[in-house]
Amino acid sequence: MGHIKLTNVTKSFGAIDVLHGINLEIKDGEFVVFVGPSGCGKSTLLRMIAGLEKPTGGELAIDGKVVNAIPAADRGLAMVFQSYALYPHMSVRQNLAFGLENTKMPKAEITQRIAEAARMLEIEAYLDRRPGQLSGGQRQRVAIGRAIVRRPVAFLLDEPLSNLDAELRGSTRAELAALHARLSATMIYVTHDQVEAMTLADRIVVLRAGRIEQIGTPLELYNSPANRFVAGFIGSPHMNFLEGTVESVQSGKAVAALAGGHRIELPVNGAKVGHGARVTIGVRPQHIAVNSDGSGIVAKIKLVEALGSETVIHADVAGQKVLVVAPGQHRLAPGTEMGLSLSAAPLHLFNDKGLRLDHTV
Amino acid sequence: MSRVAEFLLRRKGGKGWHWTDIVTWIWLLGGLFVMFGPAVWLVGSSFKSPAALAEFPPSILPYVTQKVTVEGYDKPLDLYEATLPDGRKATLAEVRRIGIVSQMVDPQKPGEIIKVNIGQRTPVRQMSFAMQNYSEPFTHFDFVRYLWNSVFVTVTATLITLVVNSMAAFALSKYEFRGRTFAMLLILATLMVPLSVIMVPLYSIVSALGLFNNLWGVILPTVATPTGVFILRQYMLTIPDELIDAARMDKASEWQIYWRIILPLTAPALAVLAIFSVVWRWNDFLWPLIVLSRKELYTLQVGLSIYSGELNVQWHFILAMTVVTMIPVVLVFIFLQRFITTGIAGTGLK
Amino acid sequence: MKADSPKRTGSGIGETVLLPVRLAMGLIDAPLRWLQRVAGIGGMAAFFLMPNMLIFGIFVLLPFFINFAYSMTGGTALFLPDRSFVGGDQYARLFDCSNYLDANSCTEDTFWTAVGNTGWFVILQVTLMIIVSLITALILNRNLMARSFWRAVFFFPVLLSPVVVGLIWKWILQRQGLLNFGLYGFGFEPFTWLNDRNWAFAATVGVSIWAHMGFYTLILLAGLQAIPKDLYEAAEMDGTRPTRAFLRITLPLLAPNLLVVVVLVLIKAVQIFDEVYVLTGGGPGTSTLYITQYIYETGFATQLRNPGLAAAASILMGVVLVVLTLLQLSLSRSSEKKGARK
Repeated sequence: MGHIKLTNVTKSFGAIDVLHGINLEIKDGEFVVFVGPSGCGKSTLLRMIAGLEKPTGGELAIDGKVVNAIPAADRGLAMVFQSYALYPHMSVRQNLAFGLENTKMPKAEITQRIAEAARMLEIEAYLDRRPGQLSGGQRQRVAIGRAIVRRPVAFLLDEPLSNLDAELRGSTRAELAALHARLSATMIYVTHDQVEAMTLADRIVVLRAGRIEQIGTPLELYNSPANRFVAGFIGSPHMNFLEGTVESVQSGKAVAALAGGHRIELPVNGAKVGHGARVTIGVRPQHIAVNSDGSGIVAKIKLVEALGSETVIHADVAGQKVLVVAPGQHRLAPGTEMGLSLSAAPLHLFNDKGLRLDHTV
Repeated sequence: MSRVAEFLLRRKGGKGWHWTDIVTWIWLLGGLFVMFGPAVWLVGSSFKSPAALAEFPPSILPYVTQKVTVEGYDKPLDLYEATLPDGRKATLAEVRRIGIVSQMVDPQKPGEIIKVNIGQRTPVRQMSFAMQNYSEPFTHFDFVRYLWNSVFVTVTATLITLVVNSMAAFALSKYEFRGRTFAMLLILATLMVPLSVIMVPLYSIVSALGLFNNLWGVILPTVATPTGVFILRQYMLTIPDELIDAARMDKASEWQIYWRIILPLTAPALAVLAIFSVVWRWNDFLWPLIVLSRKELYTLQVGLSIYSGELNVQWHFILAMTVVTMIPVVLVFIFLQRFITTGIAGTGLK
Repeated sequence: MKADSPKRTGSGIGETVLLPVRLAMGLIDAPLRWLQRVAGIGGMAAFFLMPNMLIFGIFVLLPFFINFAYSMTGGTALFLPDRSFVGGDQYARLFDCSNYLDANSCTEDTFWTAVGNTGWFVILQVTLMIIVSLITALILNRNLMARSFWRAVFFFPVLLSPVVVGLIWKWILQRQGLLNFGLYGFGFEPFTWLNDRNWAFAATVGVSIWAHMGFYTLILLAGLQAIPKDLYEAAEMDGTRPTRAFLRITLPLLAPNLLVVVVLVLIKAVQIFDEVYVLTGGGPGTSTLYITQYIYETGFATQLRNPGLAAAASILMGVVLVVLTLLQLSLSRSSEKKGARK
């Protein structure tokens, strides 16, 4: 109970198209994360599912029933807002009860549901306080509690962790994951933070400028991003992109020349690559090896950030910025040169339109 | 003592006195006298008997001439301190006055008339508060009625003002709809149409609705106040929209959102508007004067002005009724002054 | 632990008082939910707006438009359909003068007397009001002891009803009044101030300033307090003399507030009625007859009432007020812009 299907959903505010033809199917019990830069339309998409915004076109169905015309109150969903949106003039208990009272639920059941949620979220101690008397983390729990007591067919979470400090965000993230496992309810989660997306999601929907760029499990997105945007967005620090030109194509093997003259073999994997085509080679900073003898691609060291467990090196390869994350500690001086090796690295190949050249991996 | 003076007169930074400090204190003390003096004088006068009110020069406090009942005289007689022709002083009661000669008797020996020059006697006076100035209007005039009419108009108009304007402000601050800007402009444009400009046609409309000589005719034209919509809307704009979204997700109807979420959160602005409305409606004069022509419908303000405009003004009653009329406003002033001053400073309205 | 669970103060009493309200609101909710289902959320917006718009339409907008029609009709009938159309006759009557500099040469000489009186009243009252409230605001803005007390002193008459204000001063200015008592101490003979044309006029000016100056003082004080203190400190560091600081810092920064106050005082002064009506009744003669009283008496109070003429006069006054209000709106808007630029 919590199957949501969007077919060709569009949304415009006046003349501005915010979402273009969104097709998406969310299975019951799935944890789906909408991720993308600000202004990509992810929050609008969520609010449309919630019923707070009306789609301009397309069809939105929950459990097989088209809900385009059904108001938010009757969709059986619950939402956790970025600002928590707790009613400031009501106690925590009244906040939790408000939605239930509106459904004319018997008092006894309301009390029981609140007790249950409060126990689950460990907010029993401050049920009689007002939101203003709570810390950010406590308010966040109450906001989640207000959704839980409703027993919704799906939870909608709009950047619920963005108002917490970094430490609390980490622990709450883990609790949310545990909560999902325990409730096994459908959850749709909006964030601009790819770490949250990677850690929480069953499936991630990457959005940009009102379009879905890619849908997949976190590792699918990490291992085979469909385009340069997804490749750059998922993973931290973000992927390096090196421009190159294909020099030779022979029996499934291609070699490209990077700016600066270095040649590397490309993982074509059956994709068609023309001679002389311009390609972008993506490589994650963690996958680049530093050659202790200085051989390989020559890179000039700009900045070295020693984090102890790893060393982040900002380098310059023939005018292109390259970021290397090398495990362990390295003695490298800015201004000197070093040799980089890509031979062991999984390479991602994108054409001049930014699309991935093979989809097989 | 000098410590107190030093404390009272100290200046920032402990510098000496500057001419501006002297101007400041003259202005402030003068202001204290000019602003409060008249009201204090009014209250003091309201306790004087009609005779004391007619005196000139007036006394600051309400004094009356002591009277004494003397055997052989029907009415109580005024008591005087008189200097007898032989130079003795005695307390005598005046029987009558002929020219500059006063015929007096000793209350102890009522048989004997003593003639005293009126310059040789001064009345024996005592302080006395003429409470009947306050009690009589309640029976002689329809004062209780006026009071009740004023209270009814003030309370009803304020309640309707709060409900009607908060609903409109809610619509204008939290909904997107066509014509919203137009509605807002229309309401603001009302500021340019004061009562004095539309009183003639308004009178015909109120009459057509059968509200002439009806307290509702006083109440209804005042309740849709643009300033009310304006303050409430400004306040409601600061309530985050996500709260309303949350309430909608919580299955609240729009009406519930209004009265369970928006109204409680707008309480401070509602309080300011309520205070203003009470003061406005209590003080209203011109419109009630036009609409109410039957005596039993007068509000306090109308009743007061009518009685004070009569040929033979009974000042002792008028003054007492004026004091009673002032009381609610003075109470508002004492207890809620802070609300009002911040309200005015914030919005520049009256 | 107990300290951690604060109780809402007075909730017990509040709950009992609110209970009937809650019940009523709950009862209303059911039909309104139905309405919401039928009309949608947009329909509910209309529902919330309607009562206000209805009252506003009937009691403000409608009379506003009827007023124009009214001013073009004659006779004493109350309802518009019963009145005879006279075109611009009422306006012509108002403007029928043989010498425009002499009110007595006009057919409606009282109208022009009222206009003239109002004009003088506005000029005097606005000028004095601004001076008095500005001085008071400057003084209250000083580093005073018990500033809120002093502010209250000057604000106090603002809340008094105009009728009470009129009566207080009528009582003070009468023959046996406080003023004569005070002057008697200096050897003056008692004088009936309100029976003298010039003194009565001066009294209306003074009393209206007494009654309203606190309001404008408050606005100006708010403006003064919004001027950052460090500006004066910087000026002091630069060795600026206080008078120069006032002219070059205080006045320019206060100018937007000051302009708004000027226009507000103007608008109120043009409409002066209540306290004057109680204080002098427009007399002696017509020396304190102001325009609102003229409209009131022409429309309602006199034996030969002429609502059409009153409507025409009120429209002329409305034009003046609209101009003044537009001036105020544009001034406050430009001061807002300036505020934003700061």
